[in-house]
Amino acid sequence: MTQYLISMYQPDGVVPPPEFLAPIMAKLAELTADLKAAGAYVYGNGLADASSATVLRADGGEVLVTDGPYLEGKEHMGGFDIIEAPDLDAALVWGRRFAQITGLPIEVRPFAGVPAPSTGG
Amino acid sequence: MAEEREAGTVAAVFREEYGRAVSVLVRTTGDLGLAEDAVQEAFAAAAERWPADGIPDHPGAWIITTARRRAVDRFRREAVRGSKEAAAAALADEEPRHEPLGDDRLALLFVCCHPALAMPARVALALRIIGGLTTAQVAAAFLVPEPTLAQRISRAKAKIRDARIPYRVPAAEELPERLAGVLAVVYLIYNEGYSAGLGEPPARAGLCAEAVRLARVLVQLLPGEPEARGLLALLLLSESRRTARSGPGGVLVPLAEQDRSLWDADLIAEGTALVHECLARGRLGQYQLQAAIQAVHAAAASAEATDWRRIVRLYDLLAELAPGPVVALNRAVAVAEAEGPGAALALVDALDLTGYHVFHAVRADLLARTGRAAEAAAEYAEASRLAPAAGERSYLEGRARRLSGT
Repeated sequence: MTQYLISMYQPDGVVPPPEFLAPIMAKLAELTADLKAAGAYVYGNGLADASSATVLRADGGEVLVTDGPYLEGKEHMGGFDIIEAPDLDAALVWGRRFAQITGLPIEVRPFAGVPAPSTGG
Repeated sequence: MAEEREAGTVAAVFREEYGRAVSVLVRTTGDLGLAEDAVQEAFAAAAERWPADGIPDHPGAWIITTARRRAVDRFRREAVRGSKEAAAAALADEEPRHEPLGDDRLALLFVCCHPALAMPARVALALRIIGGLTTAQVAAAFLVPEPTLAQRISRAKAKIRDARIPYRVPAAEELPERLAGVLAVVYLIYNEGYSAGLGEPPARAGLCAEAVRLARVLVQLLPGEPEARGLLALLLLSESRRTARSGPGGVLVPLAEQDRSLWDADLIAEGTALVHECLARGRLGQYQLQAAIQAVHAAAASAEATDWRRIVRLYDLLAELAPGPVVALNRAVAVAEAEGPGAALALVDALDLTGYHVFHAVRADLLARTGRAAEAAAEYAEASRLAPAAGERSYLEGRARRLSGT
């Protein structure tokens, strides 16, 4: 099994109203339940707004603390899930559901190195 | 002399057997890089041994057996450091199969054309691994520096390994979608070769032959898929007109002006038979319809004798299946013949294809035929400015000159 990071990218700015988000969140909860039932779920969570991020940069002996996300952009990672799948095609089946539910661009990326032992999620 | 002949044979066997051998080794090792290395080592050994020992009875089997031994050696060496002993044992114990299953090659073709890979990488991998072209040949065909192409291929192979793109033929329910991607790669390879004019490196023109070979492999491996047959038919029918398509100096000769006695009757017969065969299955697809349109052209003794109404009807079906401005443009060309240039010009003017040289060329032709010579000359000039191939530019420039009377 290989672990994959499934990242969701969302536009910065105004958060859609609850009546828009509620059905999406319900479907995401269903998807998480399906991932758990399939033994594919490792961990997942949503992130607070990108403006809440802080970046640290080592400069010589000092570490500089600055406000904001690392990269400037109109969209940022809004949340992620870590899943386990036998191969990319299987991971893409899950990723496709994230894309359909959220309408957001979804990045599916394997973790490096030796496949991790199953956590039994 | 004899040595040259042997070398030629190794090259011929390479072209025929490379993809087959790699696919068998990939199945047993699960590692595309290792499989390719082992098969290349086997061919290097063949190049040394065959000139002296003679060609074995089953050169493909010899290559696979030799490559398998190299892979086992490699696994054993690595077993000292890692845990590859089991893999080495499994590989060594496997019964040599002299008639590898077609499915191995098919699975590898689906890996090469996986949608998770960028299109240029898919094309390069398909030509390299299934087509048996060398990296240098693929680079020459696509006019990119060899190191660029080598890097493109090695990145793609790293992604296949790291992201775990699986080696398997897609399941029945995902096959139509995935097959479309494979067919698109083969079609693109053909078009790259087809749009190349005279004076281009021979490797580019060779792309047409490679695409036909790949399409034949697909038909052979997926006999039940009418779209694979449709694509092969389309490529064969296009190939049948290749000689007639360029005049002295490589200037493009458009379909209506081609010397039809130069069309290859055997290719037309094979392509037309394939069209009838796949259409009879009642599962229409865009390649089948495009092939059917080419078959109607091929059946006509002259441009005037062409059944243009039938072609318009086929474009109607195509526009339903694969809607898009380019299909609408081609349909308008047929409408011009069936109903007159005025009707077609109205259709063309409604399309937003500014910047596409064929759009300007078609519009120019329709303007000329409706008596608007000055506008037509300007459109021809614009089309020739945009056309990518030299032979096409010469043709369009000629038309522009004739209309403006210079």
